[in-house]
Amino acid sequence: MTFLEALYFIVPSAIFYAAPLILVAIGGVFSERSGVVNIGLEGLMVIGAFTGILFNLFFADTFGNATPWLALVAAMVAALLLSLLHAVASISFRADQVVSGVAINLLAIALSLYLVKKIFGKGQTDFITERFARYSVPVLSDIPFIGDLFFKSIYNTSFFAIAVAIVAWFVIYKTPFGLRLRAVGEHPMAADTMGINVTRMRYIAVMISGALAGIGGAIYAQTISNDFGHATINGQGFMALAAMIFGKWHPLGAMGAALFFGLAQSLSIAGSSIPYIQEIPNVFLLILPYVLTILALAGFIGKANAPKANGKPYIKGER
Amino acid sequence: MSNRATNILVPLVSVILGLLVGAIIMLVSGYNPVTGYTALWNGIFGDLYTIGETLRQITPYLLAGLAVAFAFRSGLFNIGVEGQLIVGWFAAAYVGVAVELPKIIHLPLAILAAAAAGALWGFVPGLLKAKFRVHEVIVTIMMNYIALHVTNALIKTVSDGGDRTEKIFTSASLRSEFFQNLTEFSRLHYGILLALIMVGVMWLILEKTTLGYELKAVGFNQNASEYAGMNVNKNIILAMVISGAFAGLAGAMEALGTFEYVSSKGGFTGIGFDGIAVALLGMNTPLGVVFGATLFGSLKYGALNMPNEAGIPLEIVEIVIAVIIFFVASGYIIRLLLLRAANKKKEAK
Repeated sequence: MTFLEALYFIVPSAIFYAAPLILVAIGGVFSERSGVVNIGLEGLMVIGAFTGILFNLFFADTFGNATPWLALVAAMVAALLLSLLHAVASISFRADQVVSGVAINLLAIALSLYLVKKIFGKGQTDFITERFARYSVPVLSDIPFIGDLFFKSIYNTSFFAIAVAIVAWFVIYKTPFGLRLRAVGEHPMAADTMGINVTRMRYIAVMISGALAGIGGAIYAQTISNDFGHATINGQGFMALAAMIFGKWHPLGAMGAALFFGLAQSLSIAGSSIPYIQEIPNVFLLILPYVLTILALAGFIGKANAPKANGKPYIKGER
Repeated sequence: MSNRATNILVPLVSVILGLLVGAIIMLVSGYNPVTGYTALWNGIFGDLYTIGETLRQITPYLLAGLAVAFAFRSGLFNIGVEGQLIVGWFAAAYVGVAVELPKIIHLPLAILAAAAAGALWGFVPGLLKAKFRVHEVIVTIMMNYIALHVTNALIKTVSDGGDRTEKIFTSASLRSEFFQNLTEFSRLHYGILLALIMVGVMWLILEKTTLGYELKAVGFNQNASEYAGMNVNKNIILAMVISGAFAGLAGAMEALGTFEYVSSKGGFTGIGFDGIAVALLGMNTPLGVVFGATLFGSLKYGALNMPNEAGIPLEIVEIVIAVIIFFVASGYIIRLLLLRAANKKKEAK
């Protein structure tokens, strides 16, 4: 494989792997910017993947081509409902947010596997038949080099993910809602004094994170795995969490980090057939996202500062 | 109601609520909860063999629970027990297959290797927390995945491209003929004694040593500890190292007792995450961990019997465990409800 061929192969596949990560990481940005740690992203992704596959299998005949997109909506709703559990525990019941997140992760995988076994009588679902179509963007894909790199036989979902990241940036940094969201995560008492309903803002943020994580999970399941089993979502949620931190809790930063982690993922899978890359032992590519995140947190790659009130329940009247 | 009473009541209420939710889910999805829980019960206490296997399952839970609880007492959340357990598992198995020594040296060496590997994996987040104030939760999560991929790669190297190592030499094994004869040849091994000794060790460290006093002080209030002349950074690192060592020992239980080898893993063992549940339920005390580990170890092993005897997917028990964690974490609301119930009683009088 020549270098150019390798590039044409690696870049689209990196974007392809990054799409779910981007969405889930953006979800994490919303939640943590409001001050609620969301370790449960993994579990929310699991529920999204499960619901997406289930919907796709049951309604493929009814909706035809539109099924994968409608499955995203179903996944969004399911994960949103599950995220409410996290919201109730960590906002209203003042639970330790990390513990509640761990519970969400355990619950999601257990519940979806339980239902898979109940419905299908075995450990994984059937394969879906209606998949997202790949397509080439007209005109743009004819541009030499760039067209081949970014616009040829690409999934719509990748564009969707990038669009969501840009919208998220606009919402968080350019709207009153975003300002309130950030205020609640930095200094909830000050925000409360200014008449912002801290509890309401946090509920909304956690629900947005649930919705996006659900969509991310369903995209992962419907583009990469095409079925659902115990190992379908295997750490992608935590990798998205890593992307969020590596991107310094900024939507566009998180998107960049997710794209980079997607590159590492696609290299670790396809790297064995690419010159130079095949010399690198696979394990280094596999652990790269995690090592980079630790280094970023330690301040070796810029300083990553969490929102100030992240992880602390807001108790009215407390000093 | 006294504080102590609510401290015991909250876990108790949570467990009951968890089992109740499990029953409702079984009922809604068309299974009979009575048959389900009977199968669970039989899976735990059915005969001597299952009791032996249940005790075997409890062993790593004890150590994983201690690991989480120990860190909690020093104000740290070690969510990386899973990764520390995996590296401990690998280290013990590696020492078990790499050399052949007299048992009196080999077995302790393999156990120490596991503890050391786990301690090293705990040292990194401890150091980063102490030196750079990096939150240990995120670092330990990342360390979990690094542990998973690194041990998988090492297993491949050690076994010449295979996905599991040879069986360890008997000189490094924890297997016990005495226990096997006692329990109709279950895999119950001497590790349970080691785990119980460690429960005592944790109690000793926390309650009877200066180190333990300082660790708890740091857990309560870092600024006050600093002001009192304690070295907070040193204590943070030590707490994570000791916690990691406990987790590494949990890995040794699997390497030297239950499986006697290590194989590459597609995902986590789950023991480390369940350790969080064990510690929470046990209110982070050594004795509490014994109760928590007994409950979750039993549930986990007993669940294996549910598909056979009742035709119910074993994940129902995982759901129950998750719900229990959820309720224990939301202890505030249970406390509030208990308090209200108590007040009402008082008024009625």
